[in-house]
Amino acid sequence: MLTDFGYILLFIITGIVFCFVILFVGKLLRPSRPNEEKLSTYESGEAPEGNANVRFNIRFYVIALIFVLFEVELVFLFPWATVFGNKHLIEVTNGLWGWFALAEMLIFVGTLALGLAYAWVKGHLEWVRPKIQTQDFTSKVPANLYENINKKYEK
Amino acid sequence: MLNIILIAFCILTVGSALWVLWTKNVLHAAFALLLTFLGVAALYVMAGADFLGITQILVYVGGILVLLIFGIMLTNQAGNKEGGKNMILTENLNRFWGILIAGGFFGLLFYTFTQAGFQEVEQQHFGEISNHSSTIQITGIQLMTDYVLPFEIVGVLLMIALVGASFLASKNE
Repeated sequence: MLTDFGYILLFIITGIVFCFVILFVGKLLRPSRPNEEKLSTYESGEAPEGNANVRFNIRFYVIALIFVLFEVELVFLFPWATVFGNKHLIEVTNGLWGWFALAEMLIFVGTLALGLAYAWVKGHLEWVRPKIQTQDFTSKVPANLYENINKKYEK
Repeated sequence: MLNIILIAFCILTVGSALWVLWTKNVLHAAFALLLTFLGVAALYVMAGADFLGITQILVYVGGILVLLIFGIMLTNQAGNKEGGKNMILTENLNRFWGILIAGGFFGLLFYTFTQAGFQEVEQQHFGEISNHSSTIQITGIQLMTDYVLPFEIVGVLLMIALVGASFLASKNE
């Protein structure tokens, strides 16, 4: 088991070293002629204004919270998935094992789906949208007068 | 070789934890906490608990830390905008009592763990756990047999947390 994780460690080390090597080679090769425009932050061609540390929408927090909860659910699903279809266990218990495990997991997932449905129905998942401003101004000039003018000057 | 890797990960964990304590910028503390979590995950793996290590990376690095960083980004930083920087800075207070309590806890836990002799207990009661196979299948079978009721209760607990979190976070409307 530890050797398998040794490969992962090797991959991590290779990834970090590779990043530094590429940046170093780039530093060796590229000409260095900075000016003020080059050094400013790229903001879609506009002149950057203010600080990057702006306050974020609170909705991100709700989404992150729900994400964490479903991640914990996933962690429980994972060991279940490795033994759910275990041939030996199914043969020993005459097929009961598979149905039992499936039912237990369905109850587990169903409980969480119930919670998600509650949050959804109550509107806690709704994103805060900016309100579209509509004008309640009604013109006294009827619309067909404009059409007549358009027809008059069509050519 | 294994000892060197273990010591390296211990240094990574403790060093980044000290960084969390010493840095004044909360965002830096969150990033240092990332290294701490990764080091702890590696220590779990080296102790033979591979599934726990993966869970640590999945839940703590992938979830809790993102939540923490979101919390920092959501904090109102209007008071810190002078001088072009709006970092959230902290200060250290009550150092004496903090160090005393932490040191006391460390001493207590260290004493307990050295006196307990976990390896003897494990050999007497559970039989020797093989270090070469993955723990995930054992976990799965235990979850579906001995611990099936706690497992379902965890589901209910998660549902309560889900409903409560989404309710609290959207109360201000």
